[in-house]
Amino acid sequence: MSEKILLALDHIEGIASLPVYAQHGGYAVLKKGLSDIPAQQVVEEVKISGLRGRGGAGFPTGLKWSFLAKPEGVPRYLVCNADESEPGTFKDRYLMERNPHLLIEGMIISSYGLGANTAYIYIRGEYFYIARILEQAIKEAYAEGYLGKNILNSGFDLNLHVHVGAGAYICGEETALLESLEGKRGNPRIKPPFPAVQGLYNCPTVVNNVETLAAVVPILDKGGAAYAAVGIGKSTGTKLISASGHINRPGVYEIELGVPVEEFIYSDEYCGGMRNGKKLKAVVAGGSSVPILPADLILKTAEGAPRLMSYESLAEGGFQTGTMMGSGGFIVMDEDTSIVKNLYTFARFYHHESCGQCSPCREGTGWMERILHKILDGHGTIMDIDLLWDIQKNIDGKTICPLGEAAAWPVASAIRHFRSEFEEYVLNPHLIEDVKHYYRLQTI
Amino acid sequence: MTHYPENQSRSALIPVLHMAQSDFGGWLSVPVMDYVASVLNLLPIQVYEVASFYSMFNLKPVGNYMIEVCRTSSCWLCGAEDIMAHLENKLGIKVGQTTADGMFTLKAVECLGSCGTAPMMQVGADYYENLTIEKVDFIMEELKKENKYSRYC
Repeated sequence: MSEKILLALDHIEGIASLPVYAQHGGYAVLKKGLSDIPAQQVVEEVKISGLRGRGGAGFPTGLKWSFLAKPEGVPRYLVCNADESEPGTFKDRYLMERNPHLLIEGMIISSYGLGANTAYIYIRGEYFYIARILEQAIKEAYAEGYLGKNILNSGFDLNLHVHVGAGAYICGEETALLESLEGKRGNPRIKPPFPAVQGLYNCPTVVNNVETLAAVVPILDKGGAAYAAVGIGKSTGTKLISASGHINRPGVYEIELGVPVEEFIYSDEYCGGMRNGKKLKAVVAGGSSVPILPADLILKTAEGAPRLMSYESLAEGGFQTGTMMGSGGFIVMDEDTSIVKNLYTFARFYHHESCGQCSPCREGTGWMERILHKILDGHGTIMDIDLLWDIQKNIDGKTICPLGEAAAWPVASAIRHFRSEFEEYVLNPHLIEDVKHYYRLQTI
Repeated sequence: MTHYPENQSRSALIPVLHMAQSDFGGWLSVPVMDYVASVLNLLPIQVYEVASFYSMFNLKPVGNYMIEVCRTSSCWLCGAEDIMAHLENKLGIKVGQTTADGMFTLKAVECLGSCGTAPMMQVGADYYENLTIEKVDFIMEELKKENKYSRYC
């Protein structure tokens, strides 16, 4: 059984309320006295911990923090990215719903370390009920003096607000999120300047994922070195994995990085094996954007070594035979799944969510969706498969933000590993039974 | 408004649009958006461009209950299409349409972060998860009985 760090308290009844959270060791770092810890040490501990951004990119958090510009007289901001919209990912929702104070405590400590006196939680609009939970928790924290002016006599002030989005996947990209927070369309900005220099309202800003900020609490409580001792290699600590699809026990699991994928899928501690005793066909290991892998390549690397749930092991083999950790959205598919149809749901998703700023993505995502629709309808040709390959190649790396890549990689990997299935659709249209198209491209 | 620095009232636009949509029948008409613009001291276009960008804002009238069924990968794997087909049959409308009595609008949406409890649908702020045909029937009966507005804020 791996050690639980973030979800250690989630089973306790009433943990969402401050008294219960505090009773179980919550706000310990604050109570010890924030002023006793130099702000720089907070950043150092996070650096030592080796914590990497849990939103998907996996960039070292301590390093990101050290880029923050600190000009005199200019306010700094900390923004929590709770715009969790990557298909297959629901860990942040679980964390905020069960234990909102863990995030709030993490944000207080992080803001102190960064010298930010205002912080925002940008949460996706559909999670309205979670925004209410967070607002209630923030109210409790203000009442206890954990937020507001001169927090527990440390001389540090912090105001924390919840800002609700309105339904746009693109706002999970940090610069689009900042645009949205400023009340504009969620169009990503060109980088540089990076948010660490010019972010929210043109002031230095750090944007971190919910899970990343929550992990700051155990890091400061037990020390960065203790956190780094958990995990494997450069993948330190634990990671929340959202498991879904054709498995017996879907849900959010906290794993120590380095657990073998096979154990994760088949052990009763985690996914509990395949539903209805079916065979494993493919896995999308880190949310819809990462390359899909067939069963043999997800269980073992191309060299035959067991694949582990870590940033490095999942990426082993590059995009030829590997994938990515991403956001930890682990979607499992059984032998009866149509990879082409699944890809169609992804392509439709990216078309729907493209902000329209860059032509390759705006036009390409819609084009790929239409071709996949054509293939599924039995009107595809072999040339359409090559065209799909061409289009994804012309989106990849040619856009302002990573949504372009996110739309291209699933298409590329599906064709790379399952080309024969596309060909089957094209060559045997009369065998396509009961193709369901209930969802027209209608919007309200 | 107090959440944002002085002279950054534009930041309040999305929260204010949510409130306006909730107060004015679940959708944003041009007069409503113009009113929001005047309150926040913005140009009308600054409001239109935001309202048309985000999928939660409706620019056309909707039914009392907005039923949003997720259709992305995990939900599709677990049978979202059957749920949608059932709802279409039951309500006698296609996705994107509103029933003649103005009670229900059926909408297909992208991932709502409920993949582990798929298939799912959202009505107002409420998540209904691990759906089966029977469960959908039960929920629809309850909604009809309640006959309220499904608003989320």
